[in-house]
Amino acid sequence: MRRPAKGRSGRAGDTGFRFATGAFALALVLIVAAIGFELVRQSMVSVRAFGLSFWRTSTWDPIAGEFGALPFIWGTLYSSILALVLATPVALGIAVFVSELCPGWLKQPLVFLTELLAAIPSIVYGLWGIFVLVPAVRSLQEATPEWLRQVPLFSGPPLGVGMLAAGLILAIMVIPFTSSVAREVLKSVPAAQREGAYALGATRFEAIRAALYFARTGIIGAVMLGFGRALGETMAVTMVIGNNPQVSASLFAPQYTMAAVIANEFTEAADELYLAALVEIGLVLFIVTLIVNSLSRLLIWSMAQPTRRRVAAVVVPAEESAA
Amino acid sequence: MMSARLRRLVSNLFVAFCALSVLIALVPLAFVLFFVVSQGIQAVNFAFFTQMPRPVGEPGGGMANAIVGTLIVAGLGSLMAIPIGILSGVYMAEYSGTRFSSAVRFAADTLNGVPSIVIGVFAYGVAVMPFRQFSALAGGIALGIMMIPIIARTTEELILLVPGTMREGALALGATRARAVFSIVLPAALPGIITGIVLALARIAGETAPLLFTSFNNRFFTTNLTQPISTLTVQVFTYAISPYEDWHRQAWAGALVLVTIVLSCSLVARFATRRIEGLRGQ
Repeated sequence: MRRPAKGRSGRAGDTGFRFATGAFALALVLIVAAIGFELVRQSMVSVRAFGLSFWRTSTWDPIAGEFGALPFIWGTLYSSILALVLATPVALGIAVFVSELCPGWLKQPLVFLTELLAAIPSIVYGLWGIFVLVPAVRSLQEATPEWLRQVPLFSGPPLGVGMLAAGLILAIMVIPFTSSVAREVLKSVPAAQREGAYALGATRFEAIRAALYFARTGIIGAVMLGFGRALGETMAVTMVIGNNPQVSASLFAPQYTMAAVIANEFTEAADELYLAALVEIGLVLFIVTLIVNSLSRLLIWSMAQPTRRRVAAVVVPAEESAA
Repeated sequence: MMSARLRRLVSNLFVAFCALSVLIALVPLAFVLFFVVSQGIQAVNFAFFTQMPRPVGEPGGGMANAIVGTLIVAGLGSLMAIPIGILSGVYMAEYSGTRFSSAVRFAADTLNGVPSIVIGVFAYGVAVMPFRQFSALAGGIALGIMMIPIIARTTEELILLVPGTMREGALALGATRARAVFSIVLPAALPGIITGIVLALARIAGETAPLLFTSFNNRFFTTNLTQPISTLTVQVFTYAISPYEDWHRQAWAGALVLVTIVLSCSLVARFATRRIEGLRGQ
């Protein structure tokens, strides 16, 4: 009589443990759901008032109650893509250098230094941006020859603040993310891949190109991860982009991003519609980053599958013995 | 077919480009650190840590209230994030095959990627709007949400690293699963989990965006959790975009203190991880 009872109580304890820890895990899931729900709820007023025209028009006039978010979307995409273009070659170069080329003793210090780049707070980049980068960009603009300034890409007065400064600072901030993931991905390329290439007489470049090609899904994932970071980056961009809601192709023009307009105007949004319009921008930012991040994780994960399986194999015996 | 010489040239150019990109990334790092240290050191003094902000035009003063505020808000965030983070990490590791644990993992990774400003908007909706009052608590909630996924994922990873034989030993001796986890597995993984918490703290201590409209800012010293409170990051932001020289100096000083806090946290975590990785190798 006693033994089964004891066994049952042990199992009941295990069930209790599962539900107790599961409750906290559920809290984590609920927080994410609640974020989505809150954003939808708070932005309904604006969604109903403007519908899709919110994203097609570019008048942002809180006093008249007219809200069009096109300039913010434009600014966010422009600055993030610019950052991506600037950061990707450098980030991949670092990843290749650290994982394939550099001597062993240099590896750890370089990894550490690139991680420092990620650890510096956004606000510090912003402060540095205002007082160091923006003046530097301004002198660059002043040095731009007149004929070049006729090109739409470089038009506009030399203000310093603007798209170029934002793209540069974003690129600096994105590099460590992309390069650290790319490094991990390169690590998962089987050594036989490289050895095979070298055995066929490939140069270093050709062997590494083969490895990069082998790892392409993961590399694309790493680049997308950087893109996701750039889309949501707020403080540093707010401080250097000039905060002017306009759709301009010029690198020198002050523009605005979705995150920046929320940061700047949220506390000033006195009426319901204004606040809802800002929350709607936040909602779209949430959805877009969610899609970009999920896609990038999927790509990186599919690349890292073999290692995953090895970890799972270690775990399985414990699972079975407990069951 | 390219000649051998050309192929070698391309290869060498490629190697040079890779080395150059390391330099390209290190230059801004050096520049940022150089300016933060050189500008900040001029304004950091004892008064910076002990005095209150002075009004415009009066030089000197400090950020005592903002430093205390950052500690309070980060502390509130940790109080919220540590239990949720660790226990959901335990769940993900212990029941790693289940569909629900995959959902939790997905949620954690999603939360990790949500822009901090969006988390600020959420915290405003749930903790500021209903009370019509900016508060330290709302700031703590925003930062706590940002810490949870970091702590959860580190806990999960570290628990999976604990040798299965230890857990099996405990279970073979008749321990319940809860007993095995809390008495054997968690203590073994603890140094790593603490590292995860320190890393999470390092990340949120430098956050500004989620605090702008949750804990807001306060010119005065307060420890009242239901009142707006000043934090280092928001204070640096306010000073940085102001037109006053004195305030700019204060902003640099604040940045130096911030960078020192964040980098020392990262360093501590880094050395701790190295020790753990050393243990793992044995």
